[in-house]
Amino acid sequence: MKKNKADPKGVLTGTHFLDGDFSLAEGALAAGCRFFGGYPITPSTETAERFSERIPRVGGVFIQMEDELGTMAVLIGASWAGKKAMSVTSGPGFSLMMENLGLACMLETPLVLANVQRGGPSTGLPTLTGQQDMMQARWGSHGDYEIIAISPDSPQECFDFTIEAFNLSEKYRVPVLVMTDECVGHMHEKVVIPPAEEIEVSERKLYKGPKDQYLPFKPDKDGIPPMVKAGDGYQFHVTGLTHDERGYPVINAECQDWCVRHLVDKIKNNADDIIQIEEDQTDSAEVVVVSYGISSRVAVRAVNKARKEGLKVGNLRLITVWPFPEKRIRKLAKDVKAFVFPEINYGQVVHELERCAGGQCKVVGVPHMGGGVHNPDDIYKVIKEAAK
Amino acid sequence: MNKEKPRHPVEQFLRMDRMPHIWCPGCGIGTVVTSFTEALRKGEMDLDKVCVVSGIGCTGRVAGYIKLDSFHTTHGRAVPFATGLKLGNPELNVVVFSGDGDIVGIGGNHFIHAARRNMDLTIIVVNNFNYAMTGGQVAATTPIEANASTSPYGNFEYPFSIPYLAEASGATYVARWTALHIRRITKSIQEAMAKPGFSVVEVITPCVTLYGRRNRLGDGLNILKYYYDQSEIQHNADPRNINISYQGKLIVGKFVDKEKPTFLDAMNQHLNKVLGDDYQKYGKIREDQQ
Ligand SMILES: Cc1ncc(C[n+]2csc(CCOP(=O)(O)OP(=O)(O)O)c2C)c(N)n1
Ligand code: SF4
Ligand SMILES: [Mg+2]
Repeated sequence: MKKNKADPKGVLTGTHFLDGDFSLAEGALAAGCRFFGGYPITPSTETAERFSERIPRVGGVFIQMEDELGTMAVLIGASWAGKKAMSVTSGPGFSLMMENLGLACMLETPLVLANVQRGGPSTGLPTLTGQQDMMQARWGSHGDYEIIAISPDSPQECFDFTIEAFNLSEKYRVPVLVMTDECVGHMHEKVVIPPAEEIEVSERKLYKGPKDQYLPFKPDKDGIPPMVKAGDGYQFHVTGLTHDERGYPVINAECQDWCVRHLVDKIKNNADDIIQIEEDQTDSAEVVVVSYGISSRVAVRAVNKARKEGLKVGNLRLITVWPFPEKRIRKLAKDVKAFVFPEINYGQVVHELERCAGGQCKVVGVPHMGGGVHNPDDIYKVIKEAAK
Repeated sequence: MNKEKPRHPVEQFLRMDRMPHIWCPGCGIGTVVTSFTEALRKGEMDLDKVCVVSGIGCTGRVAGYIKLDSFHTTHGRAVPFATGLKLGNPELNVVVFSGDGDIVGIGGNHFIHAARRNMDLTIIVVNNFNYAMTGGQVAATTPIEANASTSPYGNFEYPFSIPYLAEASGATYVARWTALHIRRITKSIQEAMAKPGFSVVEVITPCVTLYGRRNRLGDGLNILKYYYDQSEIQHNADPRNINISYQGKLIVGKFVDKEKPTFLDAMNQHLNKVLGDDYQKYGKIREDQQ
């Protein structure tokens, strides 16, 4: 994997007081993103505003599209032209983007999309938080595919994880979702942006062989096909139809088997490299609280309170939500009494946790319908009950 | 002796390893493709920089047969996809080649906004008056009274006139021909591709199997000839007055050819004016736009 130092032009080195939305934009610029397409939607709009203000001084393009259907398409085009491309949205826009998110997966196109989640369904709670698009992030577009979703819980992480999102996206030729929420998006905190030479950025692997032998979907030894840029003279073709290595449509079950397996396996087989989790006192724990995003900051309060009372409680934070840390959960499930999983939804990722726990221990969700974060006491009560 | 088969001049622009194509015998789409490849041959442009983007439909299959960087995308989204290519690398000459349903039906919103921004794209719309790929349903371009599979008693919805829509939305080049105006289509495509700005070339094209059969227009050759005979060249005709009626006259010609800064020209000019030396210019700046 080719790693470079960040281009200093895009890096606003220093200590800042920024909200999560702004930090997403700064992270993108630091990662080398020079193309932003978007459509305004609360609570994500500030990212677009920030980008539109910053990009003319950095060199790149901002375009406000006519809708989110076009937004996703414009990103894919820009990525094939060689740009690192990004957009940001929230629930209703996320739904519209699902159409061409599927195309991005099918064409194995690197790009980053942040979802500053709000309460749904439909227009729901435009200005208030939620974590209700997590299953949509997993499989919101039709068909079978794997995607990467990471979940920051602070403005600092909005910066750091957006860089990470670009790096993963370039490495695996896959769209990467930054699944944050209104709380983090609108929260102002200290954000430290390091000097450019301390930021590592990945670049997509480019094909180097003879021009007439380029096959857009022929995986290298590492399972990832190298890319080319439009305009470089390869005369390549790509299609959203089921295709072979050449990128040509082949409409039969055999090719479908090859095509879909490849899209899924390139992520599944690299799960260990992709997945990041944070664990605290899980080794000796009887109850492990699993959480992601803003909920993990609330969960810490509940865990601390329970620990003060002598309960053996571990904390496991999903930085990567998709792919899910299946292996680790399977192992932990054998050693603990229960998992407790607060999410700002009626129970989404908890079902995946339950599947991976495989009946070896209790799995208790702590639902919250959105519009705010959990009261730590509500999580604490569930921990206490689960420890019995 | 190893004698090479004589090649048709069009072959150099086609992915011959994908032949035979999927189009019906007598379909008019191939004729438009021939005119396009002629424009590529005559245009003396750097073919490495030409990209073709299609949406979905019978016409949408064009991207799959053209031997250039070519993208077969999603239904209606060819224009924003092409916008991304163009803005991602301003040196590209990006052509959208797709059907009427794709471009002004499901993709209508993208079409008018790309025209409004004067995005530097060339749009070739094959108008066969129906959604052919899915079996000939009524479209946003189906003339009143015409039959389609979902207007079995004849269409009663007002159709779009593509040149009018394009012009009203801001396109800087607009032409309409029938598929038999082979040399004129070629010339229009050449002009459109050479023109910086949003250029639209509509080609009235036979769909023999569906629209043609349902409306008893005869075989492929008959329909080609029929559209041609119904046509009347009126360059610079006011796009408000060139609506297409069922089996009526077809006004064709070059209707719009005007100068206006493209999206990128306007962006560079404006931001340069406002930000001065702080502005990082983007892409090659045209001499006349500096
Ligand atoms: C989102 C979506 N809706 C519906 C379809 C089904 N569909 C495929 S092609 C097509 C119509 C194409 O019509 P047009 O663009 O006029 O092309 P033609 O086949 O007539 O050349 C439709 C409705 C689709 N592929 N995607
Ligand atoms: S259905 Fe109509 S448009 Fe499609 S290939 Fe056949 S004749 Fe052409
Ligand atoms: Mg059509």
